[in-house]
Amino acid sequence: MRSMADAPVPAHDEAGDGPEETLVEDELLIEEISIDGMCGVY
Amino acid sequence: MTAYALDPQVAIRPEPFGALAYHYGNRRLTFLRDPRLVDLLRDLEHHESVDAALAASDIEPTRWPSFRRALDALSRSEVIRVR
Amino acid sequence: MSAERLVDELHYGLDAPICLTWEVTYGCNLACVHCLSSSGRRDARELTTAEAHGVIDELHDLQVFYVNIGGGEPTIRPDFFDLVEYAVAQRVGVKFSTNGTTMTAERARRLAGADYVDVQISIDGATPATNDPVRGDGSYAAARRAMDLLAEAGFGTFKISVVVTRQNAAELDSLEAIAAAYGAQLRLTRLRPSGRGADSWDRLHPTAEQQVDLYHWLVERPGVLTGDSFFHLSALGEALPGLNLCGAGRVVCLIDPVGDVYACPFVLHPQFRAGTVRDEGGFARVWRESDLFRQLRAPGSAGACASCGSFDACRGGCMAAKFFTGLPLDGPDPECVHGYGEAALAGRMAGSAPAPGPGHSVAVSLRRRTR
Repeated sequence: MRSMADAPVPAHDEAGDGPEETLVEDELLIEEISIDGMCGVY
Repeated sequence: MTAYALDPQVAIRPEPFGALAYHYGNRRLTFLRDPRLVDLLRDLEHHESVDAALAASDIEPTRWPSFRRALDALSRSEVIRVR
Repeated sequence: MSAERLVDELHYGLDAPICLTWEVTYGCNLACVHCLSSSGRRDARELTTAEAHGVIDELHDLQVFYVNIGGGEPTIRPDFFDLVEYAVAQRVGVKFSTNGTTMTAERARRLAGADYVDVQISIDGATPATNDPVRGDGSYAAARRAMDLLAEAGFGTFKISVVVTRQNAAELDSLEAIAAAYGAQLRLTRLRPSGRGADSWDRLHPTAEQQVDLYHWLVERPGVLTGDSFFHLSALGEALPGLNLCGAGRVVCLIDPVGDVYACPFVLHPQFRAGTVRDEGGFARVWRESDLFRQLRAPGSAGACASCGSFDACRGGCMAAKFFTGLPLDGPDPECVHGYGEAALAGRMAGSAPAPGPGHSVAVSLRRRTR
């Protein structure tokens, strides 16, 4: 799962998509959050 | 041309700065930053292709590549699926 | 579109929690020495079944995706399965935590047949020798039996949850092996000086060296869950998976057995009580309008940590850890990886840690405590 501390991608980044298992942070349109990565979660 | 739809196991909840999408099947949680992306996801099932859905939206064409990439990623995490 | 990081936006709070912990009873048949909720005796003012249904209805309306049900030992409530099934029927997923002592083959089958229900079994050591001094004689065997029953019933992937202590920090590989043998997910969480943990924290919390080892062990194992417990360790290098921020009152909170709402499960103290679901407006009103949560959601300052280059990564650590060791909330975490917390603890005035509340502990000891 990706860290939330990553720097934002520049506005017109043409970089390709990341590896299959992770969501690519594309112009901050989407960001995956680890559902298990929250305090108090079981 | 591939037709997509939002997976019925996905719940989308609006937030002040976008929306949260939770997939009850694979337990993955995704943050969607642009409300237009949410509308697009919901609209996919009414179009025969991603491009058709984009054309029907009010998203400016210069942004279509990044929306397409977002949809690619959402397809990999099973938020949307081929119908 | 804003270029702000997600973590900054989450700090300002959401319209509804992403993750909500609901302790449904203070009753428990164990008496773990570090219990964050000082559980033992049931409280006479516990939410009734009808009130609990009302809470679930609210969670449905707020579109909370799932609820983490715990306690005490949640399964000792006679209506436990009713509440779980009611929640699922309302499209609120359930993850619950149990010590495993009440598991039977029939209950395991019932859970295996339920969709959108996840189970976590708690142990604090890879063997009875490490586990039972913390959780009580026979508790390890009972937990393992529960795991066996779930496996036999075909439940699928469950979680094994371990609080990392000085005593079990050397057993992580063994714990990983136990989880692997069941096809279970291992979850390691941080010991906070909360509840009965206040008494045992000094002797139980990992050493600074063990923390560093733990961090590297976790970095190499992204499949091990942590419930965002160790974000204070992110100052050591790359951030661990998770939100990496204190979500208390912002994206998470706690509902306690009598309907009181707190910022998180580790701060069951009046200073962090936001309100009650029994007041008009219910839970939603507390979440959206309570003074406490508004304060937590306001931009905070780094305070004493402002000049430290690691603040961006560790964000000052855990509020509960600071509060219950008597440290200021705008300063270093007691387990700050740079040692600033230790220095702050040494400089603390006597009696600065808050007095523990009465709690619901039962007067029984697992071992003779020496202080």
